[in-house]
Formats: sequence, structure tokens, C-alpha cells
Amino acid sequence: MAPQTDIGPPDYKTMLPPVIARNYGKWRYHEIPEPGFMVHTAESGEKLYTVRAGSPRLLSTDHIREICEIADKYCDGYLRFTSRHNIEFLLSDKGKVAPLLAELEKRGYPVGGTGHAISNIVHTQGWVHCHTPATDASGPVKALMDEIYDYFVTMKLPNHVRIALACCLNMCGAVHCSDIAILGIHRTVPKPDNTRVPNVCEIPNTVASCPTGAIRGDMKTKTVTVNDEKCMYCGNCYSVCPAMPIADPDNDGISIWVGGKVSNARSAPSFSKLAIPFLPNNPPRWPEVVDAVKNIIEVYATHARKHERVGEWIDRVGWERFFSLTKIPFTDKHIDDFDMATETFHSSTLFKWR
Amino acid sequence: MAKRETPLLDQLEGGKWPSFVKDLKQAAEKSPMAEDLLGQLELSYKEKIGHWKHGGIVGVKGYGSGVIGRYSDCPERFPNVQAFHTMRINHPTGWFYKTDTLRRLCDVWDKHGSGLTNMHGSTGDAILLGTTTDHIQPCFDDLTEAGFDLGGSGSALRTPSACVGPGRCEWACIDSLDACYNITMDFQDKIHRPMFPYKFKIKIAACPNDCVASIARSDLAVIGTWKGDIRIDPGEVAAYAAAGFDIQAEVCDLCPTKCMEWDGKKLKIYNEDCTRCMHCINLMPKALRPGEEKGATILIGGKAPILQGALLSWVIVPFMKIEPPYGELKELILKIQDWWDENGKSRERLGELVKRMGMRVFLRAVGLPAVPQMVKAPRTNPYVFFWPEDIQKEVK
Repeated sequence: MAPQTDIGPPDYKTMLPPVIARNYGKWRYHEIPEPGFMVHTAESGEKLYTVRAGSPRLLSTDHIREICEIADKYCDGYLRFTSRHNIEFLLSDKGKVAPLLAELEKRGYPVGGTGHAISNIVHTQGWVHCHTPATDASGPVKALMDEIYDYFVTMKLPNHVRIALACCLNMCGAVHCSDIAILGIHRTVPKPDNTRVPNVCEIPNTVASCPTGAIRGDMKTKTVTVNDEKCMYCGNCYSVCPAMPIADPDNDGISIWVGGKVSNARSAPSFSKLAIPFLPNNPPRWPEVVDAVKNIIEVYATHARKHERVGEWIDRVGWERFFSLTKIPFTDKHIDDFDMATETFHSSTLFKWR
Repeated sequence: MAKRETPLLDQLEGGKWPSFVKDLKQAAEKSPMAEDLLGQLELSYKEKIGHWKHGGIVGVKGYGSGVIGRYSDCPERFPNVQAFHTMRINHPTGWFYKTDTLRRLCDVWDKHGSGLTNMHGSTGDAILLGTTTDHIQPCFDDLTEAGFDLGGSGSALRTPSACVGPGRCEWACIDSLDACYNITMDFQDKIHRPMFPYKFKIKIAACPNDCVASIARSDLAVIGTWKGDIRIDPGEVAAYAAAGFDIQAEVCDLCPTKCMEWDGKKLKIYNEDCTRCMHCINLMPKALRPGEEKGATILIGGKAPILQGALLSWVIVPFMKIEPPYGELKELILKIQDWWDENGKSRERLGELVKRMGMRVFLRAVGLPAVPQMVKAPRTNPYVFFWPEDIQKEVK
């Protein structure tokens, strides 16, 4: 028999708890009685109880089985994951909520990530499984979440703060629209190994892969050269040409970006902007990165008005104020020099002193 | 088992947040692959550099995507991760699972792989981390048996994803789950057999809160919206006020279009000025609901920085009805992909192509009219192109 292909994913309709199947598309309102605990009420009056728990995202099968065991015990075997890697236990029996919360606490699952909180950090593979990383992903995320844990299990911030980490400019984690983005960066030019380039790389592709036109190809010898002045170390050439390694343990590290958002609530979705051009890779706990992010969160928590996202707060007070309050040094690296740079310049006298 | 010393990673076992190192060690109890992964990761922590090589081409019969080749650059030290390929598994839409289904997935992965996963990857797939080349096909066969299929990778349609939508959310203006599942099933060929200039991502959010980041992260975003008036329940508005909620400060003052008035008794919304930003509805879900005529706004072009800079998706259809069998939406997607396929350069995303060719050319190619909702403002430069038919040909 020919192997079956293209069966597609399991039908989600077979995965829905009966209370959802009965009230599908007929939800009336929801409440968040406490952090990590949501109650959705349907037009029928039926209620769905959701308990949201944090996860390291990198899960062993035995850990997943443990989650299944909990879901069997309290949720008739129904659960879901969120777009930010949290686990959601879906209950129809209110009486089981308290015992579930007690069991999650006993087992060390953080419950929270709802409302004006810091939810789980969306992140990439890093050194665990990627070939182009400038830093690890799971490690900095774990180190940071340990330190800002309190913001996950409470709802005391002005609004939610979405943090994301990508371990290189490819941004599998598409961190570019986060309240706070942690981005792995290289800072040295790739070194083409021209003994290997002719065998493993397509020259036109490699040349075309450079956003700043820094790579020149020699079709005759099938080799490439990199113009150091033009290279901004994105690593895209390495993605298409493995013979151009770019990783550099002494100079790779992390940059911090702030003020992006994806939702249309109040203000339009927007990109994160550069706050800190470089922090060193300092495994296993990346103290410089953790401190820098914590500082930004705390300054935001102190100064933003209720419901303001990080970017909305900065838009109101101005970037001058952001840099003075956070005490982050402003450098020439903060000023854009890519193709739309001039749109970000102050073409007026309407700035603040600090 | 834990035979390797991992002093650096051990420091990430403590702390309140769940530790991925614990999961790695848990898997290493059973799997020599996970054991060697732990060892290689410790080396990365020591040397501050990754130890994976570029992937080779690996896959399953009849597919060109779904498996990412991965090899260690120090196989002599970590022979069990010499080949450590990723399999992307198309998740059930909305990431809903029954535990028996999840357990079946775990059983297959324990049989064929490292026992390590990501629940889930950034695009949405369940990621199975690490298997050997000879296990890929048998693993796929067992996954098929368990009811799972591979997701997209490479220059293919990537696994579409959707927010929880009508499954749980009162704000859902469209059936994001059904639309996503329907498109996924209909476009299986495009997911599994890469035939595009580059990747193509589709994300479906049921309201403008956009919980799947579709504007930021997809080439084609479908976002639920409505026409007509926000539905007000005056009794519930009064109840919010009575409970001490400051409607003036938290709702009216923060409304971006200032289209709301609150006199202490009655909430008035000037709907013609509303841009459906969700703020008031988010804050008073019991009292305010989206209008009744529901549909979606279609946007295109979103992507991360590589190659020519990040883009946020932009409006191409302000309002489209999204109802099964989703013919109008699918027809538009096919037209867009055909045009992109025809004109796109290798590794050129849809947004970059439209930027290069112009919206004018794109709109004509896919048969969409230009409307003011597409722009924040009309152009400011006078570099205007005209079509030949705009011009009077015969000079008098």
C-alpha cells in the first residue's frame, strides 16, 4: 500500500472540551478573578474555567505526560497551549479549580501570564538546536524569567509586557514587534573559506543574500570577498553559504529593543526600537542582560500610566525621557543608517531636554 | 544515567521558573541522543558558540518539507547527535489537544527520537527535536498512524496558525479556527512541497487584538473585524461604573479616536469615528461587544528583517466575509501566490516584491481596487506612474 500522505493535522474539533463544543462561537464575556485563572461565560450561562501555567517550551515527552496526567485528573483530558508557549488547563467543573491550583503549586508550575503581567517569553532554539545563533535562547529566557517571575504570577504592571528572544537576526522568533526584544547579534564579519566556497556555495545566491551589498563574487574562481566597511554582520550570507562562518565567541552577544507591539488595541502595531546595542554573552545566567531588561521593566512600571504599553509610554514621554530615566547611554549606533533612516530623524525643533 | 558533568547548565536548574535543563536531563535518562545534546550544549555554554552545522537535505517520501536537517560539528565527542534532525508537526488548530492524542505523539517520539520537543515553535508547529536520518521515514509513518502530519519548511506555505477565536473568546468576529483548518487541509500540497520563491506564512486572528501577531509575522494576515455600531448593554455599563470602574479615565480618555462620551450615566459612541481598536471592548467585555456585521480585514507583506528590513503587513482588503467554504479568501490567496511565484526573485518575500514592483502593479495583478483604507496618507512625492490607458494617445 502506498504510504498515506497529506492527511493534515488532527481535526481541532475532536480536541475541544465538550463545554467548548457546546458553546462554540457563543461566548458572552470573560473575567480574570486572579492571575492565571480565567472564567469565560457563554450566552447559555455555562462557564469554562482556564488555568494558565508557564512552561520552559523545551519539553521532554515525560514532562508532557505529566501535563497529560494533570489534565486527565482535573480537565477530563483537555488542554491547550497558547501562542506564547503557556499550558492552559481547560475545566468545566469549578470545584476542580482549587485542587488543580494546589497540585500545580506543589509540582512547581507557575500560574499566571494573564492580564497586566509578563507572559512567557517567545523564543528560538539558540545553541540547543540552531546553526546560526549568536547566543543561546533557552538559557537567557530561564535566567530572566527566574528574576521577573513575580510579574508572571501577578497583574500589577500598567499593561502586559511582551518579551521575545531571537538568537540571531533571522528572527525565527520574530521579536521585532515586542515590548522588549532580546536579540542575539554578531559583530564581526564572516570569513569566507574560499577553499570550500566553490564546492558548497552558489555565488549569485550568496552575493544576493547581503542586504548592504557587501559581498562581491568572482564567478571565475567561484569565490567571494566581503567588504568589511559595508558588512553589518547579519549572518544571512552564512545561511546560504556554510563556508562563511560568522560566529565569534568573544564578540557575539545580545542587543535589547523596546516599544513594539502586535495588537491594534489603542495604537497601531509597531516595531521595537534599539535601546541597548550590545551586551556580552555571559552564560549560564547572562547577568548583564537580565539586569538591563529588569531595569527597563521597573522604569516602565514606575512611570507609565495605567493601560500604556511600553511603546505607548515612550511615545508619550519621548525617547529623550526614556534614555534619561533608564540611564541607558545613547550612542551613534542608535541612529538608523539603513534605507529608511531619515524618517526617524527629528526634523523639527520639537524635542525635549531630557 | 547522567554520566556527563554539566556544571554550567546545572546552574540553570534552580530558580522559580521551570527549567529546560530539567527537561533535558529527564530525556537524557532514557535517550543517549538527549544525553549527548546535554553534553554538546554544556560545551556551547563553556565556549560561547553553537555547535550545529548547516542542515543537509533530509525528508520523507513525497514531501519536500517538514524535516530540518541538523548535524553536530563535533560528532567525535557527541556521536549520538551526529545527526539530530528536527521534525515539524502541524499542530491541531488553536493548539487544542486531548491527552490521548498528545500521548500518542510522545510514544512515537520516544520510539524514534530524542524525546525532546518544543511545544510549540514560533510558527505554531509542534517541534520534535532530534532524530537520526534512518528514523525519519519510520517516524513519519508512525506519526501518520497516530493522526499527525508534517508542517511546512523551506520555500513552502508554512503551517498556518490561528488564535483561539470562537473556541473561547467572546470577541471573535470570524471563525479563525475553522478558516485556518480549512485552508490548512486545502493547501496541503503547498505546505509539503516547496514551490514558492521563499516562505509564505498565513495567520488568522479573530479580532484586532491579533493574538497570533499576524500583522507582524505573516505574509498574509486575516483579522476579524466588524462594520456597524459597537453593541452597548447600558445596564452592564452602569454596573461597571457602580463597581468603581472609571469609565472616563480608563476608556473614554484612552480611546484613540475620542469617539466616546460618558456623562456619568450614559455611554455614547460616535461609531463613524471608531477605528475598532478594541480598547473599550477589552476593558468592558460585559458591556460592549463588536458590531453585528462581521468579517475580516486582509493584510499582506509582514516579515522579519532578512533581507531588506522588517515589514508590518498592510491592508489590501478592508472587509471580506469569512464564511465556509472560504472561496473568496482562498481565491485571493491563490491569485497572490501566483503573482508572487511569477515575479518574485529567489528568497524574495511577498512584501519585498510588492515594495519592489509597487502596490499599483500588485493591485492590478490580483484585481483589487485601490481604496483609502490602504494608506495612512497618500504619497507626498510627485514620482507618479500612469497606465498607458490613462493617457490620451492622439496628440491633436
